[in-house]
Amino acid sequence: MKEENARAYWAANLRLILTYLAVWFAVSYGCGILLVDELNQIQFFGFKLGFWFAQQGAIYVFLVLIVMYAHSMNKLDRKFDVHED
Amino acid sequence: MDIQTLTYLFVGGSFALYIGIAIWSRAGSTKDFYVAGGGVSPIANGAATAADWMSAASFISMAGIIAYSGYDASVYLMGWTGGYVLLAMLLAPYLRKFGKFTVPDFIGDRYYSNVARTVAVICVIFVSFTYVAGQMRGTGIVFARFLEVNVNTGVVIGMAIVFFYAVLGGMKGITYTQVAQYCVLIFAFLVPAVFLSIMMTGHVLPQTGFGGTVLDVAGGDSGVYLLHKLDQVVTDLGFTEYTEGSKSTIDVFFIAAALMCGTAGLPHVIVRFFTVPRVKDARISAGWALFFIALLYTSAPAVGAFARLNLIDTVNETQYTELPEWFYNWENSGLIGWVDKNGDGAVQMRAGAPFEGKPTYAGSREETKGSYGERVLTNAPTDNASEVYIDRDIIVLANPEIGNLPAWVIALVAAGGVAAALSTAAGLLLVISSAISHDLLKKTLMPGINEKQELLAARGAAVVAIVIAGYFGINPPGFVAQVVAFAFGLAAASFFPVILMGIFYKRMNKEGAIAGMLVGLIFTFSYIVFFKFVSPELNNAEHWLLGVSPEGIGTFGMILNFAVAFAVSRVTAPPPEHIQHIVEDIRIPRGAGEASAH
Repeated sequence: MKEENARAYWAANLRLILTYLAVWFAVSYGCGILLVDELNQIQFFGFKLGFWFAQQGAIYVFLVLIVMYAHSMNKLDRKFDVHED
Repeated sequence: MDIQTLTYLFVGGSFALYIGIAIWSRAGSTKDFYVAGGGVSPIANGAATAADWMSAASFISMAGIIAYSGYDASVYLMGWTGGYVLLAMLLAPYLRKFGKFTVPDFIGDRYYSNVARTVAVICVIFVSFTYVAGQMRGTGIVFARFLEVNVNTGVVIGMAIVFFYAVLGGMKGITYTQVAQYCVLIFAFLVPAVFLSIMMTGHVLPQTGFGGTVLDVAGGDSGVYLLHKLDQVVTDLGFTEYTEGSKSTIDVFFIAAALMCGTAGLPHVIVRFFTVPRVKDARISAGWALFFIALLYTSAPAVGAFARLNLIDTVNETQYTELPEWFYNWENSGLIGWVDKNGDGAVQMRAGAPFEGKPTYAGSREETKGSYGERVLTNAPTDNASEVYIDRDIIVLANPEIGNLPAWVIALVAAGGVAAALSTAAGLLLVISSAISHDLLKKTLMPGINEKQELLAARGAAVVAIVIAGYFGINPPGFVAQVVAFAFGLAAASFFPVILMGIFYKRMNKEGAIAGMLVGLIFTFSYIVFFKFVSPELNNAEHWLLGVSPEGIGTFGMILNFAVAFAVSRVTAPPPEHIQHIVEDIRIPRGAGEASAH
C-alpha cells in the first residue's frame, strides 16, 4: 500500500512536470526562437510579439510556472500524505 | 561632495556592512560552514541565490551586450533565467531531500563510487575556477575605474574582503552578506534604469517604457514607439535591425539550451538549495531566486535599448569638440576611440569596426593631440565609414553620466558593481573549498578526520582558493573572458545529466554515469579548445558541427552524455538494492528534517 502510494505520487508529479515543461518549452524555444519571425508580424503595445517573448515574456512565464509548480506540489504532498511537518 | 568622495563613502559603507554581517554570523560547525546550518528562509535564500548567480558580467556587461546585439542577446536573457524552472522542478527539491553538503557528495553516494565522486570534484574545481578569475578581475576593474586605484590593488582589496567573510563565516557568512549584496546591486541597477526610462519615455517602469513611445525634445509624447524608432535609426546607419536576429535558428536554440541546463547544473547555484529547511522551501525558493533575478533581467533589455538610442542621438554626427564630458573621460580610460576618416571633425557611428582591435593610443592626450583635440590611435583603420569604437562595458557604468544623473547615482553604481563581483566570487570559492575538504579529504583520502579538523581544512582550502583566484585576477590568463561562457557548456554536459538521471532513472548505475560524464565533458571540452585555441581561424558556421557554435556545443555534449550513460547502463549490472531505496526516498518530501540532521 505504502509503495503503491509512493508510485502514484511520483506519477502525478511527473505529469505535472511534463505539463509545466511543455509550457516552458513553448514560450522560450517556441515563441522566443522557432516562431519568432511569425510572431513578429503581430504588434503587442510597442513591441513585436516575438521579440517581447524573447526579452520579457518568457521570463515572466518562467516565474509563474515555478510558483504554480510549488503550489501544485504542496497540494499533491498533502493529498498523498507525504508532506513535511 | 564630489563623485570621488561619494564613491569612497558608498563602497566603504557597503564593505563595513559585509564585515559586520560576517562577524555576526560566524560558522561553528561543518554544517554551518557548508550549508549555513540548513535553516535559511526561502526568501533570504532566493535573494542570496540571485546575488550568487548575478556576476560582474550580469551587472556590468549584459545591458551593453543587449544594446549592441538587440534580439541576438535574447538567448542570454532566456538561457540564464529558464534554468531556474529546471532547478525548481527537476533538481533542487530532491537534492535538498538527499540532505548532503555538496554536489560531488550526491554523485559519489548515488553512484556508490569514489571514482564518480572524484570526477565530479575535478569538474567542480575546473568550472568554478574559470568563473572566479573573471570575478576577481571585475572587482579590480570597478575599483580602478571609480576609485582611481591600480587594478591590482583593487583585486587585493576584493580578496581581503572575501577572505574575511568566506573564511570566517563559510556558507553562513556568505548567505547573509549575499542578501545584503543583492540589495545593494539591485538598487544600483534599478535607480539609473528608472531615471533613464522616465527621461526617454515618461514611464516609471523600464519594462513598460521599453514598449512605450519616446518623448520629443519639449517633453511631449512624440507618438513614435521607442523600438520602432530604434529599428529605423540603426538600419539607417547600416546596422542589423534591433529587433531582428542575425544568428542561425539552430545555433540560437543550442546556445539557449546549453545556458539553461548549464545554469541548472552549476554547483555554486545548486548548493544554495541545500541551505533551506524543507523540500517545499527548496521549490518556492527557486521561485524567489528567479523573481529577484528577473528584476534585473527584465530591466536590462530596456536599459540596453534606451542606451543605444540615447548614445546615437548624442554622439552620431556631433562635432568632436562639442561632445559631452563623459566621452573624453572614457576616451582617457581607453574604452572609447575615434578616428576621423572623412576629415569633417564630426563623429560618424556606422556598422562595422572602425579599426582593428581595441583602441591603443600613441601617447597621452597632451603629447599627441589630434587636429580636434582627440587622442591619436595607432590602430590600423578599416575601410568602412565607421569612425568610433565604444566599449560595450561602458553602457551600464556610464549610463548615469550619459543620462546626466546626480553624482550619488554614479557612486551607487560603483558599489553595485563591486557587490555583484564579490558575491559571486564568494559563492564559487566556498564550492571549491568544500569540494576539497569534504569530498576529497573527508570522503576519499582521509576519512578518519574529525569535524574540527574538517572545518579547519575547509577554512584552509578557502584561503588557498582565494589566493589562487587573486593571482588569476592580477595575472589574467588571456583565455578567461572566452572561457567563462563555456563553464555553462561544461556544466550542462557533465553535471546536469548525471544528477537528473540519478533522480529520475532508478536503473542508472555507476558505469553509465561515469562513462556519460566523461564522454560529455571530453567532447565539449575538445570542441571548445579546438575552435577557440587550436584553430581559431576555422571558428565559423561552415566548419561547425551541424552549424552549432562552441557556445552552444554543451547541449550536444549533454545529449551524448545521456545516450552513452543509457547505453552503458543497459549492458552493465543494475545498481545495488540500497541505492534504489535511496532514489525512492529522495522522491518523497517527508523526512527531510531527519535526513539533514545526520
